Amino acid sequence: MANETEEQDLKDHKEPDHSRRNFLKNSGYAVGGLIVGGVVGSLLRSPNKSTTNNNNNGNTTEKAPANEAVNFNQALMHFTQEQFLIMEAATERIFPADDNGPGAKELGVAYFIDHQLAGEWGVNGREYMQGPFFKGETTQGYQGRLKRREIFDIGLQEMQNYSNKKFQKKFKDLTPEQQDTVLKAFETDEVKLTTISASGFFKTIFGSTMEGAYADPLYGGNGNMAGWKLKNFPGNQMSYTKIIEQDKFEKMQPVSLREHLPHS
Amino acid sequence: MATKLPKTDVVIVGVGWGGGIIASELTKGGLSVVGLERGKERKTEDYYMVHDELRYALRYEMFQDLSRETITFRGNEKIKALPMRSYGSFLLGDGLGGSGVHWNGQTFRFLPYDFEIKSKTIERYGKSKIPDGMTIQDWGITYDQLEPYFNKFEKMTGISGDENPLGGKRSEKYPTPPMKTTPGMKMFSDSCKGLNYHPYHMPSANLSEQYTNPDGIARAACQYCGYCERFGCEYGAKADPVVTVIPVAKNTGKFELRTHSNVRRILHKGGKATGVLYIDTTTGEEYEQPADIVVMTSYVFNNTRLLLMSNIGKPYDPKTGTGVIGRNYAYQVLKGAGVGFFEDKEFNIFAGAGSLGMCIDDFNGDNFDHKDLKFIHGANISYSQTGARPIQNNTVPPGTPTWGKDYKAATVKYANRHINVGAQGSCMPFRHHFLDLDPTYKDEFGDPLMRITFDFEDQDRELVKFMGAKCGDILKQMGADKVVANTELAPYEITTYQSTHNTGGVVMGSSPDTSAVNNYLQMWDTENLFVIGASAFAHNSGYNPTGTMGALSYRAAEGILKYHKNPGSLV
Repeated sequence: MANETEEQDLKDHKEPDHSRRNFLKNSGYAVGGLIVGGVVGSLLRSPNKSTTNNNNNGNTTEKAPANEAVNFNQALMHFTQEQFLIMEAATERIFPADDNGPGAKELGVAYFIDHQLAGEWGVNGREYMQGPFFKGETTQGYQGRLKRREIFDIGLQEMQNYSNKKFQKKFKDLTPEQQDTVLKAFETDEVKLTTISASGFFKTIFGSTMEGAYADPLYGGNGNMAGWKLKNFPGNQMSYTKIIEQDKFEKMQPVSLREHLPHS
Repeated sequence: MATKLPKTDVVIVGVGWGGGIIASELTKGGLSVVGLERGKERKTEDYYMVHDELRYALRYEMFQDLSRETITFRGNEKIKALPMRSYGSFLLGDGLGGSGVHWNGQTFRFLPYDFEIKSKTIERYGKSKIPDGMTIQDWGITYDQLEPYFNKFEKMTGISGDENPLGGKRSEKYPTPPMKTTPGMKMFSDSCKGLNYHPYHMPSANLSEQYTNPDGIARAACQYCGYCERFGCEYGAKADPVVTVIPVAKNTGKFELRTHSNVRRILHKGGKATGVLYIDTTTGEEYEQPADIVVMTSYVFNNTRLLLMSNIGKPYDPKTGTGVIGRNYAYQVLKGAGVGFFEDKEFNIFAGAGSLGMCIDDFNGDNFDHKDLKFIHGANISYSQTGARPIQNNTVPPGTPTWGKDYKAATVKYANRHINVGAQGSCMPFRHHFLDLDPTYKDEFGDPLMRITFDFEDQDRELVKFMGAKCGDILKQMGADKVVANTELAPYEITTYQSTHNTGGVVMGSSPDTSAVNNYLQMWDTENLFVIGASAFAHNSGYNPTGTMGALSYRAAEGILKYHKNPGSLV
C-alpha cells in the first residue's frame, strides 16, 4: 500500500531529478538497459526532485523555500518549558559552540531530545519492560522499571535541585563553569540519588546530545546539517565509487534524507 | 484449539539465510515448502530512507522487538539471570531475510583446523593443551567434505575476493574480483607485508561488480555508500536472502511464505516430527501446520529454545556434562584491537562497505605455533572501512575529556584521522557455558525466554593480550603518530555492542552423546527434523560465521532431498 502511494506521489511530481539521473548515468548503474536492484529501478521510472547536488562540484547549495525561515519544528512535545531550558543549557555545555562551529543549542539538540522522548524511545516501546525487577550486576545492564521519560523527569528535577542547593540558582541561570560542576557531579555519582543513577542519567543525556548533534536533520537536531559539516561528514550520498580509492580527502556539501523524497 | 492446515512436504521455521537456502534448494528439487516467518515481509524498495544512522543503527529498526521477546543473561550459575532489556552486546534479527539483511557481508570459510580442532590440537600439542572444562570437539565433517558447499554459497551470493594465502584449498576462484582498495587498506596491506604476514582482501558479499548467479539472479555493484551493517541495501548489491534465494524459491511456485507467523512448538509423535504449532501474530489465531519434514532455520537462540520447549532431544546438564540441547554455546572475542591516530592525514572513511577491508590469517586457527602460548586458535586481524557514521564515530586519544569543549574539538579533529585494526577472536566452548530455558522471564505468549550462561575465560584473556599487541604492531608499521592497543579483556557484559556471532546450542558432531545433529544437520533422534544455523557450530572460529553457516545449509538441503527419497539416518 505504502508503495502505491509513493508511486502516485512520484507520478504527480513534475520536475526531473537531475542528481539521480546523473548518478545513474555516471555510475553506469543501468547497464545495457538492464536495471538491477529495486530502488534504483523505481527511481528511473519515476524521477523525483532534488535541489541538492550529489556530484560534488561544490557550487550548489540548498535552496530552502522562503517560508522555511520559520522552523515550525521548534516547539515541545514532552518537556515543560523549565525542563527544556535545563536541557538546552546542559547539552550546550556537553557540546558547546566553539571555533569549530555551532554547539548543541544552535543545532537544536534539546528539541531533538524532546521529540525523541515523545515517541517510542521515550516509553521504551521496543524494550523488555516486564517484571520481576531485580538490581542485578552491572554486566547485566539496566534493570529498572522506569521509562526514559520518567528518568528525564526525575533527572532534570534533580539537576535543578542540586543547582539550587549548591549555587542558589536555577541550572539555566548558572555560569557555564557552575553548570559544568553540576554535570560533573552527576557524571561521577557525587550526587547521590535514590530513584535513578546520576551517572546513568548523565550517560543518557550525553548520548542523546551526540545523537541530536549528528542525526539526520529530519529529527529536529543537526540544524542545517551543521553538525555534519563540523566533521566533514557528507550525510546521505548515493555513491562513493569515484572517491573510494582516492588518497586526497574529499570535502562535499552534505545531503540529507529530505532529498530522497519529492517536495513541490 | 489450533486450526489444522493441509499437510505439506516441508515446513521451515524462520526465513533468513538458512530458510531461504533450504526453500530454494528443496523447491527446485520439486518439494512443496511452507515458510513461516514471525516478522514482516521485506523488499529492496523499503530502503529508500535507509541512510539514517539514528533510526537503523541506534533505534534498531531492523531488529527483533525486545518488548515481545528477549533473552536473559548471567555470567555464571551463581548469579540470577536477568533480561536483556535493551540492545547491547548483540542484535537479533527479525523479519524476512532475518539477520541476513543487515549483515556486513564478510564471508569467510572456516579453516580446515576448525572442523577437526580437537584431533589436530592433540596431534600437535598433546592432550594437556586443552584446559579443564574446555569442550572442543571435531565437527563430524572435514573442510574437504564441506568445500563444494562453500563454493555453492559463494557462487549464489557472488562473493568478491582474492584467495586467502593461508586458508583451506579452493576448488574455484571467487566468482567476482575483490572490492576496491582504499588508501587505508593499502597501508594495512603494505604494513603486513613488511611484517612478513599474508594480507588479502576481505571476502565480500557486497559485490565488486554486477553479477548474475547460477540461479539467474542479477545484482548490481556496491556503491560504497557506507551504510551496510544494521542497514538493508538500497541497491540490492549486498547479498541477502530477499534478493537471492527467496525469489528463486517463489519462482518455482512450490514455496508458500507466511509472514507474521510465530512458531511456538515443534510437534512430534513416536520419535518423528509431525509439524509445527504457530500463531498468526496479526490475529492471535493458532494453527497447526503438518509436514513430512520439519526444518528449523531460525537464529541460534530460537533453534535451541524451540527444541527445549517442544521436549525434543536431551537438554544439556552442566553438572554432569551430559545432554546436548543447549551445549557448547560460544561467542566471539573482539577486544584485541588497536587504533592509530594520524596528525597530518585524513581518510575518506565516511565512505565504505560492510565487507571492504584487508585482513590476515597469520594468527588465526593453528596457522602459528601455540606451543608457548596459553591459548589455542586465534583471530583474523583486519582493517575494514565500513563507513564512519557521525553519531557513533567519536574515537579520541586516551586522556581526552569525556565531554565539553575539548572533547568536541578532539572528536572533530580525529573524525577522519584514525584507523582501527581489530582481531576477530575465536571463542572456545566450556562445560559451564550453555543455553537453557529461563525459570522466571517469559515472552509475549508466556513461553520461557532463552537463558545464556556465559563469561570470558583465561583462554580469551590470553588471546586478547596477544592479538591486541599484534594489532598495535601493524598500526605502528602503518605510520600512525599515536597507537593505542587494547590488550585487556574485562568480564563479558551485555550492554555494549560486540558481535552478533552467537553460536552453538544444537551442535553437530559424529556422536549423539556430544552432538544434537549429524553432519547433514539432521537430529540424531528425530530423523525428519533438521536444525540449520550457527547453532550447529561446536565452537566459533576467528571469522564471521555466515560463510560456514551457508555451506552447512547447502549440505543440509542436499541431505533433506536424499531423506525425502529415502527416509532414515543420512549417516
